[in-house]
Amino acid sequence: MANVSIHDFHGGLVLDDHKALSTQHPIAPVFLPKTLVVPLQQHIGQIAEPCVKVGDHVLKGQLIAKASEYVSANIHAPSSGIVTAIDEQPIAHPSGLNALCISIECDGNDTWTNLPEAIHDWETSEPQLLRDRLRQSGIVGLGGAVFPTAVKTNTQNKPVDTLILNASECEPYITCDDMLMRTDPEKIVTGAKILQHIVGAKKILIGIEENKPQAIEALNNAIDNTDIEIIVVPNKYPSGGEKQLIHLLTGIEVPSQGLPIDVGILCQNVGTCVAVADAVLEGKPFIDRVVTLTGDALAKPQNVRALIGTSIHELIEHHSGFAKACQRTLMGGPMMGFSLPDIDRPIAKGSNCILSLHEVEPTQEPQACIRCGECVKVCPALLLPQQLYWYAKSHNFDQAQDHHLFDCIECGCCAHVCPSKIPLVQYYRFAKTEIWASEREKQQSDLARRRHEFRDARLARLEAERKARLRKKKEVLENKPKAKGDDPKKAAIEAAMKRVAAKKAAQAAEEKSS
Amino acid sequence: MSSMISSPHQHDSNSVQRIMATVLLALLPGIAALVWLLGNGVLINLGIAIVSALLSEWVFLRFRGRNPVVAVTDLSAVLTAVLLALALPPLMPAWQVALGTMFAIVVGKQLFGGIGNNPFNPAMLGYALLLISFPASMSQWIQPQSAASSLDFAQAWQLAVDGVMPAAMAWDSMTGATPLSEVREGLLQHSMLSELHPDGSWSALMSSGWAWVSLAYLAGGAFLILKGIMSWRIPLSLLASVTLVSGVLWLIDSNQFASPLFHLFSGAVMLGAFFIATDPVSASTTPKGQLIFGALIGFFIVIIRTWGGYPDAVAFSVLLLNMAAPTIDYYTQPRVFGGER
Repeated sequence: MANVSIHDFHGGLVLDDHKALSTQHPIAPVFLPKTLVVPLQQHIGQIAEPCVKVGDHVLKGQLIAKASEYVSANIHAPSSGIVTAIDEQPIAHPSGLNALCISIECDGNDTWTNLPEAIHDWETSEPQLLRDRLRQSGIVGLGGAVFPTAVKTNTQNKPVDTLILNASECEPYITCDDMLMRTDPEKIVTGAKILQHIVGAKKILIGIEENKPQAIEALNNAIDNTDIEIIVVPNKYPSGGEKQLIHLLTGIEVPSQGLPIDVGILCQNVGTCVAVADAVLEGKPFIDRVVTLTGDALAKPQNVRALIGTSIHELIEHHSGFAKACQRTLMGGPMMGFSLPDIDRPIAKGSNCILSLHEVEPTQEPQACIRCGECVKVCPALLLPQQLYWYAKSHNFDQAQDHHLFDCIECGCCAHVCPSKIPLVQYYRFAKTEIWASEREKQQSDLARRRHEFRDARLARLEAERKARLRKKKEVLENKPKAKGDDPKKAAIEAAMKRVAAKKAAQAAEEKSS
Repeated sequence: MSSMISSPHQHDSNSVQRIMATVLLALLPGIAALVWLLGNGVLINLGIAIVSALLSEWVFLRFRGRNPVVAVTDLSAVLTAVLLALALPPLMPAWQVALGTMFAIVVGKQLFGGIGNNPFNPAMLGYALLLISFPASMSQWIQPQSAASSLDFAQAWQLAVDGVMPAAMAWDSMTGATPLSEVREGLLQHSMLSELHPDGSWSALMSSGWAWVSLAYLAGGAFLILKGIMSWRIPLSLLASVTLVSGVLWLIDSNQFASPLFHLFSGAVMLGAFFIATDPVSASTTPKGQLIFGALIGFFIVIIRTWGGYPDAVAFSVLLLNMAAPTIDYYTQPRVFGGER
């Protein structure tokens, strides 16, 4: 462990971490439910396209939905069984809306499909080959953004100096990364090395909060003979925010509205590293993950390995059961998670934590903002949350953007400390959504206007062409008589005159000759 | 919008009420010093102002069809009343105190939409109204530790509320100039400061007791800064600017211009720096903006005191800068994380 200086970031909060609640037991093995409901949109980007039909028998690990575009991810059957439906189902999403899912009635045999071959010689393999494997395996970033890893690691020749493993896990209650590091540190290191090879990073840094001593020790043992550096950062939310962690470890600020790659850095979550190692070394697609089941409503809070598509309800019943009445269930932690209307919804690739709360804060009516500035003190993005709130509330979105609304990472620190209990993050999301909507509208209206202008131009051109044609025709018609003389009257007169002249000449000749 | 469906799902226990209560607590040393100096009249002013503030807030919120309970219990009206009352001469007619407070609450606060929406410091609006409307009673400050300051509560009440003067007393014998107006009057009559205060203005302030009130406000303000309730930026930039501007003038001619120490510890500078200019609703909100805001208030305080028409200038300076605060904020946005340095 290197003794390096930590570059603290502004703001943030030291929170009660509640992590000991769910670290008392080892990660429980996978439980095979009767049915699996696998959402087709578990990642950032385009929804995956189903490639099985209702009634098909699928094997564990078989591709059931294909990445439809570049930014999309494959989805595999988490267990073997019959596809019973491809339809809209309730999923765990902040919107609470239903989404397209593939339902599988498990046959209980858990029969694997033929997996792609392991790539043991990854150290000498082409990065493209390894990226293809990640893409094939449906791996997405497990730190929260669920961005397809194959896309993220395609740096398009931008140089990567440092690969940072995000092991901070700064949200209270969540311990899935912590337990994974304690359990599988070697695999994390291998996955990190593979990722380092793919992106050509010169070095690897692991950033981890100091409240995970066992994980730090396990990782320390695992990195023994490598040049990976572990950097322990103080407990301060949101140290696991990508830009915050980069600053903590390197002192570099990722440019506002920019990406880490702009400063030669790539961040990956430790869970993602395990998935990468599994995909490359075993050919295993991404079909399960570690989920933290925690909260004061649960009888046995712990981390469990869960198949994607497992109902949260069944997962809790199987592994823990309830000790107290659950007043609220959150997907994710208390700072950035979202509440679920019910728990009959499936685990997805990004589901890191199910927080089942018995005791919840009493609802408080928001009071007026008195601009006390507490929010400014804690904002890690150095924003003026009180001003953003004012502009979002008054629909003054131009000003909100002038005040860097889009640099807000929605960490919730401002709302956490707000003495008036204003749901600030909700206002910012609202403003962002409105701005996106109006940008889309503007694009559409621009398109419509261009279409309209194009149509006008086309009609004008056609009209001009028609007129030109008519004129030509007319000219042709008009030119015909001109060949024989312009005016028929005049011609007739001239002809008559000629005749008269001829007659006269004839008469004169006759007179001469007579 | 409901607050609970959105993240974060946990909050700390801070509240508007707690902030207001802490500020009121920090005012206690100042209140105590003022009562010690000027007697029960101070308490009567405070009582009348608080009651009229709460009443007018309650009535007006009912008019607006809002629930008055939250607003009245958040203590913001009480704080406005206390700040105004502390700026008024004790034993001034109670109805004037009430009128000023109602103006502060109704016009200064509720007409703009209630707490959080007032562009001006409500207490200072009330103060300005009274200063312009009743210049006589606003300048009649009773002499420290005089007969007037030692009236018992009943006598003080009778004088303030009913206008009944206790036997064998007269206004002229009780009231006098504050150190500020004394210096002002003296300088207007082309006296030298060394004539007005042969042993220096600071000792005059100390011996009259006024400096102790300022020191008590300073202590309360320091407490608030240490507690993290408010930032040091506005008070410190204000005091620094008062020191600098008055210091330059004093160095130019110490017989024409009062010393920085005199400026800092006379009148409402300490009260203004820590409790009035720092009203977050009407003040500048960006870190850099707060420095400019405080410094300009300090600048105007010395300028208006020296060349303006009133002996003290905290209220007008604060109101002036309240108007400028949105513009200051716009041009002093802090650098965002990852923004250009």
